[in-house]
Amino acid sequence: MTADFARLPNGGVLPLVQLPRLGLERFRAAVLDEIAKSGARLSAFFACPGDARGHLLIAVLALDDQGVLAVTSCAVEREYAALTPDCPQAQGFEREIAEVWGIRPLGHPWLKPLRFQPPRGAPAAAERPAIGLAPFFAISGAEIHELAVGPVHAGVIEPGHFRFQCHGETVYHLETSLGYQHRGVERALLGGPAARTIHYMETLSGDTSIGHATAYSRICEALGRIRVPARGQALRGVAQELERLANHIGDLGALAGDVGFLPTMSYCGRIRGDALNLTAILCGNRFGRGLVRPGGCGCDITAGDVERLLSRLEEVRRDTASAVQLLFESPTARARFDDTGALSAQTCRELGLVGVAARACGLARDVRRDFPYGIFQFAQLPVCTWESGDVFARAYVRWMEIQQSLIFVSEQLAALPDGEIRRVPTDGTLAPERLAIALVEGWRGEICHAAITGADGRFACYKLVDPSFHNWFGLAFAMRGQQISDFPICNKSFNLSYCGHDL
Amino acid sequence: MWSIIKARWRQGYRTAAYPAVPPALPERFRGCPELTAGAPAADFVPAASACPTGAFTASAGAPPALDLGLCLFCGACAAACPAVVKFTAEHRLAARRLEDLRLSPGGRQPRAAPAEDSLRRLFGRSLRLRQVSAGGCGACEADSNVLGVPTYDMGRFGIQFVASPRHADGLLVTGPVTENMRLALRKTYDAVPNPKVVIAAGACAIGGGPYRDHPEVHNGAAAAIPVDLFVPGCPPHPYTILDGLLRFLGRIP
Repeated sequence: MTADFARLPNGGVLPLVQLPRLGLERFRAAVLDEIAKSGARLSAFFACPGDARGHLLIAVLALDDQGVLAVTSCAVEREYAALTPDCPQAQGFEREIAEVWGIRPLGHPWLKPLRFQPPRGAPAAAERPAIGLAPFFAISGAEIHELAVGPVHAGVIEPGHFRFQCHGETVYHLETSLGYQHRGVERALLGGPAARTIHYMETLSGDTSIGHATAYSRICEALGRIRVPARGQALRGVAQELERLANHIGDLGALAGDVGFLPTMSYCGRIRGDALNLTAILCGNRFGRGLVRPGGCGCDITAGDVERLLSRLEEVRRDTASAVQLLFESPTARARFDDTGALSAQTCRELGLVGVAARACGLARDVRRDFPYGIFQFAQLPVCTWESGDVFARAYVRWMEIQQSLIFVSEQLAALPDGEIRRVPTDGTLAPERLAIALVEGWRGEICHAAITGADGRFACYKLVDPSFHNWFGLAFAMRGQQISDFPICNKSFNLSYCGHDL
Repeated sequence: MWSIIKARWRQGYRTAAYPAVPPALPERFRGCPELTAGAPAADFVPAASACPTGAFTASAGAPPALDLGLCLFCGACAAACPAVVKFTAEHRLAARRLEDLRLSPGGRQPRAAPAEDSLRRLFGRSLRLRQVSAGGCGACEADSNVLGVPTYDMGRFGIQFVASPRHADGLLVTGPVTENMRLALRKTYDAVPNPKVVIAAGACAIGGGPYRDHPEVHNGAAAAIPVDLFVPGCPPHPYTILDGLLRFLGRIP
């Protein structure tokens, strides 16, 4: 851990000359060793375009119990020994490295393209498969059948493809094949910040506008040495918890809908909108567009707004409590939720799951507590966990978090600091040749942004990790041995982002 | 069962009186922008430079214009030129033709015209739509889906989202049409029986939105299939979508 890693706080900046550059073998051993010994998580693992000698592989490890990020790197030319066989949580990252940069992680068990995107930097492989046409993980035998769903789904949701290997009603394996939403965001971020940068962040995953805009703003603030005023930090915290509230309420309603329990579905669908409308009071937009900006917030609120928010928040609290109580009291709904799609804490650790999915397996992972940032340095929310790892646990953790967020938002609004909401630096430049990393606890889980600036202070590399990137594989594992008819509630209990994955 | 009945009583009747009563929108809501008439063209130049998508065009020589189809309603233009650009609370933005989305100083955007009589006779009281998300961020999908909740309850106008294109009268497309979704969108369109309608909802589906001119996208639905109604916004407010649908069906004048 000593010379092999540089240690950074959440929102920290490292001059690139201080980034350890290990040999390939030492890099692999150091990363695997740290994960095995201290239970570190792989928050991000990516390639940064380098010089003629090759690219730079950068690993960002999160040491939850110390609140520290450990970073290391190594130069790589064409190939290296994959981490995945010894560290399953690297599987998605290594598929991405192979697809985007043409670097081969040797020994990776399933090097299928992750997004079917055009390669960058590396020469295009001669036989790049078209989306949906790559081979799928398959099992064979008498009475085995395969079920294909998507990319266009039955509901009003984003596109993605699911391939199930079934025997009768039992699912043996689910493979998610995504990339349909790929729109080239990471590529377009290079050379920024530019006029569109904040809009890319607010639309990385539309339901997490506040989360990603906060992570990006914290990158800019770290690299631009900006201190956000207290009122700006408090408003960001309020917006982030309102985002969590709206989405969690919507998810509980959707879960109720998927087991045919219509009262809660109908109430929560409406209350989710009421919660989104609270965000619209803050900034005019239901998804919080325009609210979070580097240096603070894009708009302020008045004392009248605070009163309006508090009284509407109380209505949301009462309506949600009544709607959710019905759901958890209903024996038929509980029968569908209990023991369905269960994951063990061990699987959860190995796959590196984050957010609600991890907390529902009993793992107390929460960036707000482990790597506190902004207002969460001063106002702590309890970490809500449940042990059973099933659909019920993921639903119940949401309900506990709804209650905590309601308390947090009310307390913050009642005690909003005075003063300015934003501090914009006069020159607006970012420190050159630095690595900055920011973690944020979005409503789905840990959001990780890592930026590297070039000599001109512009982004030479910008890595985005949405919590869904870690968690899609968790859904595949949760489906093993389940009834195919339970897929909708398993899927909804994770409610992962397609666009946040596809970028 | 009693607790369900009690909760039902408590939650009450929540459907808005729309369209009889205009919707209540938040104070900071950014609806249709307004460019001051008679202001010198040069006054609008900073607004054009601040615009992230090129929706705002202005130069010292030519009259300024704002293309609502490309607009993200971020307010950057109004912040750059507060004297001559401001955002109003006008939520009615839908248009039948792209040229109707171009706004000039002092100009007012024409409201969307109803569909042709033959289509209105078929769909005026019953329209079934298949939603296709063709890229984008999921916010337009969320604010389309929400039209089914009791607040908006678009079912009372005979409008409904259906699961299969075979059961649909048309598509509601969101997203910039990524290269990876182009074929799926086309196949879904082909699967809808004739006659059919296509609604492009959101800045992405109209002109690519924040991803305009990315090589990975096709700058909107019209690049892949014919579009009958455009609903601007990033994302459009649910009432903006509902207003567009009802005007298209000739249900509100």
